[in-house]
Amino acid sequence: MELSNNNTQFSLYGIFKTVLVRDLVVAFRHPSDLVNPLIFFMIVVTLFPLAVSPEKQFLAQAAPGVLWVAALLATLLSLDMLFQSDFQDGTLEQLLLSPQPLYIGILAKVMGHWLLSGLPLTLLSPLLAFMMFLPSEALPALMITLLLGTPVLSFIGAVGSALTVGLRKSGLLLSLLVLPLYIPVLIFSAGAVQAATIGLPIIGHVALLGAMLALALVLAPLAISAGLRISLGS
Amino acid sequence: MADHLLQAVKLFCERERRVLFRDLDITLDAGEVVQIEGANGSGKTTLLRVLTGISDAYDGEVLWQGQSIKKARIEYQLNMHYLGHAAGIKSALTAEENLRWYAALAGRKLDDRLWEVLAEVGLKGYEDVPCYTLSAGQQRRVNLARLYLLPAKLWVLDEPFTAIDKSGVAAIEQLMSQQVKNGGSVIVTTHQDLSSVANVRKVSLG
Repeated sequence: MELSNNNTQFSLYGIFKTVLVRDLVVAFRHPSDLVNPLIFFMIVVTLFPLAVSPEKQFLAQAAPGVLWVAALLATLLSLDMLFQSDFQDGTLEQLLLSPQPLYIGILAKVMGHWLLSGLPLTLLSPLLAFMMFLPSEALPALMITLLLGTPVLSFIGAVGSALTVGLRKSGLLLSLLVLPLYIPVLIFSAGAVQAATIGLPIIGHVALLGAMLALALVLAPLAISAGLRISLGS
Repeated sequence: MADHLLQAVKLFCERERRVLFRDLDITLDAGEVVQIEGANGSGKTTLLRVLTGISDAYDGEVLWQGQSIKKARIEYQLNMHYLGHAAGIKSALTAEENLRWYAALAGRKLDDRLWEVLAEVGLKGYEDVPCYTLSAGQQRRVNLARLYLLPAKLWVLDEPFTAIDKSGVAAIEQLMSQQVKNGGSVIVTTHQDLSSVANVRKVSLG
């Protein structure tokens, strides 16, 4: 038997697809983890009118903020599924030991996380926006900001998640690490939706969110790999 | 001096202010087996994590064919398999899916040998059930199937005999003998005597 690995193939797309498909398959076989953030998102948004005021005018004004805060917290809640189970069953260290570029593997994992958290949240948001009497002209703004903003949340969250993955009680630390970095996304996104409700242009906000996403896409995987190496190495 | 396949130079590691090993030198050449012995908690797993490059909380150097594993990381990882303390498989996936994932990570395609190998490790009939329905020993066998499927110059095995039955132990020893015969090397931690494997050197910790 030949022991050397001359026939090894490095295919960036191949490794991306493998990691992504595996994460999706695993998630769909545990559907309860999958719907958790969505249910949380719905509960927060439905409870809000009950607790504060069901008045249409008030809700319409509060809607951008409430929807975005709920989406942000739902994403935060879902960060656990990113690396924790892989860490526990030892497959995370195998990913680190793979000769394939870790950057791509990480990109696929974060993408998988977004497909399972940010994207469903975005798709669910029109329904909840309707419940909150968000003016219909602000709906595109809500969808666009969620579409651009939630991947940023996934990337930033993954950095925190990577740094805390080996720790026993990582939940609180993770929130403390990640929440301050979430604030710019929250401000610009909620601001854009607010602006759209009164008919102001949102292109500036959206451009900034796009810039954040571009930056996160390029830099976050580097920080995540470094974080994982630290977490597993100590 | 010819370069060894793997060489550890003056390794030093401490945990919680307890020195696990100091000035530890290990050399490993092609066709050799190094068995690492030591009491529970003496740092066997830590040593393996250092040697594989997962852990960098140590002093000293680990060299792969004369080059630091930090520099030759890809070269090293292409030629090394690590079977860790955890089962290393996703319990929601089937044995086949797990092995395909490993093959993709190693950058190789799996052919029909997959089914033969799964039969060989005693998992015939369990190929397409999720791994959480398998017993602990069977789950380890899924992981061990990697050694049959994806050849590598160096195997690093952390307690490969855990939860494995008698015939399984014999099969793993046979597999290690085969690896040595092919000119490969093994680093293994176990409390068992590897009586049927040739060329075993023992390193004691603690």
